[in-house]
Formats: sequence, structure tokens, C-alpha cells
Amino acid sequence: MSDITGPATQQHTPSLFGDNSHEVVDVRTGMFGSNDSGDTSGFGGLTRVVGIPNASPRPLGSWYDDVVDVLEEILHEQDTTTAIESVVVDRDELTLFIAREHLVAVCQALRDDQDLRFELSLGVSGVHYPHDQGRELHAVYHLTSVTHGRSLRLEVAAPDEDPTIPSTVSVYPGNDWHERETFDFFGINFTGRDDLTRIEMPDDWPGHPQRKDYPLGGIPVEYKGATIPPADQRRSYS
Amino acid sequence: MSAPTSGPHATRNVFDTDDASFEAMGGDWDDVAQRIRELGEERIVVNMGPQHPSTHGVLRLMIEMDGEYVTEARAGIGYLHTGIEKNMEYRTFTQGVTFCTRMDYLASFFQEAAYCLAVERLLGIEAPERAQIIRVILMELNRISSHFVCLGTGGNELGATTVMTAAFTGREEILRIFESVSGLRMNNAYIRPGGIAQDVPRDFADEVRSRIPKIEKYLKDLADLCLGNPIFKLRTVGVGHLNLSGAMALGITGPILRSAGLPYDVRKAKPYCGYENYDFDVPVSSDADSYSRVVLRAEECWQSLRIIKQALAKLEGTAGAPVMVEDKKIAWPAQLAISSDGQGNSFEHIRQIMGSSMESLIHHFKLVTEGFRVPAGQVWQTVEHPRGELGVHLVSDGGTRPYRAHFRDPSFNNLQGTSIMCEGGQVADVVVAVASIDPVMGGVDR
Repeated sequence: MSDITGPATQQHTPSLFGDNSHEVVDVRTGMFGSNDSGDTSGFGGLTRVVGIPNASPRPLGSWYDDVVDVLEEILHEQDTTTAIESVVVDRDELTLFIAREHLVAVCQALRDDQDLRFELSLGVSGVHYPHDQGRELHAVYHLTSVTHGRSLRLEVAAPDEDPTIPSTVSVYPGNDWHERETFDFFGINFTGRDDLTRIEMPDDWPGHPQRKDYPLGGIPVEYKGATIPPADQRRSYS
Repeated sequence: MSAPTSGPHATRNVFDTDDASFEAMGGDWDDVAQRIRELGEERIVVNMGPQHPSTHGVLRLMIEMDGEYVTEARAGIGYLHTGIEKNMEYRTFTQGVTFCTRMDYLASFFQEAAYCLAVERLLGIEAPERAQIIRVILMELNRISSHFVCLGTGGNELGATTVMTAAFTGREEILRIFESVSGLRMNNAYIRPGGIAQDVPRDFADEVRSRIPKIEKYLKDLADLCLGNPIFKLRTVGVGHLNLSGAMALGITGPILRSAGLPYDVRKAKPYCGYENYDFDVPVSSDADSYSRVVLRAEECWQSLRIIKQALAKLEGTAGAPVMVEDKKIAWPAQLAISSDGQGNSFEHIRQIMGSSMESLIHHFKLVTEGFRVPAGQVWQTVEHPRGELGVHLVSDGGTRPYRAHFRDPSFNNLQGTSIMCEGGQVADVVVAVASIDPVMGGVDR
């Protein structure tokens, strides 16, 4: 995703996402992702707006309101009011954006309260958003409540300069290897545990391979006189 | 040396005598031997794997032993990491199937189905009913073939080669079905976003029905060989114990969680592909040991056969119905045929694309080289994999390729139970406990 530039933003945003349901993160023009030659195809005039779902307004619908209310109440009793940054309901999935310093308290409440009971953690996954200034690295937690038959997602962001997120192993011991994997691939430092080592890559590997600035690698392949470039150097479409 | 006493007895401690001798020489072995003499204990660290026939592929186990007893067991993984998730970020959404099918190579259809369901959720579409029925049949057949390998290799690791040959012969029947459908025995890449690559052969239902009695025969053989066998029971009953709270805390799902007493199955808890329309049971046990996991896997195979029989009836009811979404901007044109150099696109199909209309040729070219755009956002899709809950976290940035594709592989998570299952037991039980986890390293390392 590149930064939003050009007048196209002003021109096209209201017509596509006029209901404020989406945050525009990118505006793409043309078809082939390259602007280094003249517009011979006629597709250069195409403009597409990429939007990601914004915070959802209340009521959220389904069981989402109940869970968020109970969680806010528990956190309020602990004098925490800034834990939940925003709540997004998209494609029938509930995402809670959590301030990283409150992550463990939120997990504890989600696991232990009888109205929440998200007792099964299905692990941690990382996503790298290099364009998201100050929130480049995201850790995503998927929790399931077997008791109530629900599942939700916690998303925690950390800046590239200080890529630390508290470890949730004390609440969900099964997150142990998942946190090691996310550290290995994204360089997110899960604090509060002393055994955060690489798990998939060799111990002395430099860099974190799943980051967007880490190249895929590969060599060109020659076949019947033609050369096929490696996958990350082939033409990509916007 | 005193005369051997009658009855079972352990080997005497070598350090009780003054004449302890070591075979290794040179290097720093003298220092090592001296230090062992000073410690005067039998603590040994054994590295099992990553190249060991009883660790199910390249799993490395670091076992600290006191005599025959395991005091600490750790699993080391990563030897089969191939960067599949990273690679998927550089291919179109449809090409991604070819990559994720290679993760857990014994249960390819589950990765394919979970990934395609995730793409469909992002797109806001649903595959046609007939495609969902075919997916269910293939997944359940795949579950049986995966359990066959689990039981067969598990038996082989206990020294029972006949168990392995019976299981692999049974699996062969299922692989033949896969080959007749997709052209490939493994890594099928048959399920696609929006449906499946193409309809099943005309005699598919008859072929599956003709093979089911053979599959049942080998399932019965396996049960006869194992479940009542006193040696098998001595090796597995009470071994690799993991109770319900331990399994929940470690996020362990699948047969291991069900062996601890919780009948949690994603097919029931959060149905997908129309599983709510099938009549089947979730086998459960409360023994929480390796033996009960064997019993559960065998029972799950019979439940899968129940589902397959119902699905075959539904399949015949939908003959001729589409197996791919109508939207030509998503549906890859595909029509495979067998030719002299193997399987590929059928000649008539290519002639129709190339020769009938310029627009359709351009369209085909654009769809295959460029792919389709998926609205930005993220989804989480889980399916019940033979080894537990498989999760796909798929993020799109609005482009033609996944921005991030993460697979929560059940064996990756379940292997964390190695320590708690093995510690305190004997070293021979490690093999049994690991076999009851049934890890497939292709899925663990991805």
C-alpha cells in the first residue's frame, strides 16, 4: 500500500465510501501498477479506492454488544478505560483493537469472566503494515469461547522503533510457540518472558522474513531461451 | 558381580563399580568422562532426530533422561520451513491454493478448503452447493487417509509392520479416488476460490461406493490388529496422558482434546461447507491417553464414511449443477483432459478459448495472469482438520494477491504438548506419545 497522493482522493472517496464505514488507505490508478511509460492501453484513467473497515458504531449487533459491554465493565473496575482503542465488526467478525499495555489484563478478563469465557486461544499471527506510521507491526490474537460458541479477534499494534508487546503466555500458555513464531517472522518482541527465541528460522538468521521490506528471494529461470524472473520481480497489478 | 537374581531386574549402575570404562577416546572425551565420574549420576541428554524414523519426519526431540526415565523433553522444529506463507504473498489468490496444499501434505484438502473459504468470505461470495458437497466428500476421504497414516506409522513405530502395511494399503484406495478426481494423489490444488477446478468424473459416486467396502475392510483389520492386542495396549494405555485443563491451556484441539473429554469439533461448533446438513457423531473419550486417541481416530473414520455416504446421495441429486460461481471475473476457466503426455487442459477447451472470440481470449489471459481483486479487510476461517482446528488468517489490501496469509496449523500448536505428555515417563513412551500427537512437519514448519 502506498501513501495517498493526488487529487483522486478528494474526488472519489465520498462516492464510494460516503457512509464513513471505511477508512481510505490507498487510491490506485491504472491497471498495471507502472507509470513509467505513456498510457497506450487506455486503462490509465481507471481509479480505484481501497478502504479498510472503520470503527463500527453502536449497536454492533448479534452478541458483540454484550461482550464489549462486559469487557468494558470489568476493565472499568480495574480503573482501565483506555484499553479498547476501537471495535470493528466486519464480515460477521468482531475485532477489538487493544492498547498494548493492557493486553494481558484484557486476555485475563476474556478468559476468566463467566459471561465471556474465551478459554481457547488459537494463537498469534503477525501482520506488517509499513505505511501505518507508528503502528507498523500488528499482532493478531484469535480467541474462541467453546462455552458460548463465539470467537473474536484482538489486534495489537506496536511501532517499528519500539516493537514490544507484552507476552500473553501467562494467560494462554499455548501462545508460547505462536509468539516465538511471530517474533521470528516479524521481530515483535514479546516482553515478560525470557525464552523468546527463533523457532522456524535458524538461531543466527539475520532479519525477520515476513516483513514487507524483506525480499522474497529467488533466481531467474531460463526455459527454451526465455528467462523468467523470480516471483517478486515479475509484473504486479495494482 | 553378584549372580543375577530371579525375576525382573534393572541393569546395575555402572558407577557403583570402580572399573567404569568408556569407549570414546581423543578430543575432550577424557574431560567429559572425568566430569561424568564426578557427577556420579546417570543423567543423559539424548538428541532424537531430526533424522529419526520414529519422529514422523524432521522433528527434533531433546530428551534429558535419568536412567530410562525422561526428566525433560523439548521439541525443536523448523527443519522443514519453506516460507510458504511468504510465497503466497507473491501469487494471485487462485495460485495460493497450489502453495497451501503443500503445508500439511497428508491432509491437503483441508488447507485448500480453509483457504478458499477464507477468500470467499473476503469476497462475500459462496461456492455453489454441488461444489460444497464435493469438498465435503474429499475432505472426509482425506480425513480417513490421514488417520490411516497416523495409525499405520504409529503402529510401525511400535514395531508392528503389519499395521503399517494394512493402513497404507487402505490409504491407497483413497489416493486412487483423489487421482481420478484431480489427477494427483497428493498436493491436489483441486479446490479453488469460488468452487472447485472442475466437476468430478461421471462415475465418481460409483467409484467411491465400490471402494468403501475395501476401506472398511482395512479399518476393521486395523482395529483387529490394534485395539484388542495386549502388547499394543501395554504400550499405549495410560501413556502420553494429557488432561482436559492441560489441553485447553495449551490450545490443543482435535483427537487429543476429544480424548480428554471435550467433544469440540468445528464441524459442529461452527459449521462450514454445509456440515450442518449431515448426520454424524463426534466420538469422545475421557481416558486422555494414547490408546483412547487411537480408538477415537478409528471411530472418526467410521463417522467420515457415514458423512461420505450421505454426501454421495446429495451429489447424485445435484448432477449437472454448477461447481463454480457464475461470476466470470472470479471463475478460472478449466477443463482438464488426459493426453499422451499426462494430464492438462483439454484441447477442445483451449480451442474454444483461443478460437471462438478475441474478448474471451483477452479475458482468460487477464484472469490467469492478473487474477481478481479482493476487497480490503481480514478474515479468520477455521475447519476441523484431522489433527485439530486449522485456522486461516487472511488479509487483503484490495489487490490481486493476499497481503498476508497465516495458517494456524493444528500440529504446530499440538506439538507444544510433547513436554507434558513425555516428562516422567520412560523413553520408549516418548515415541508413543509423539505418535499420538500425530504431527506432520510440513504443516508444522510451513
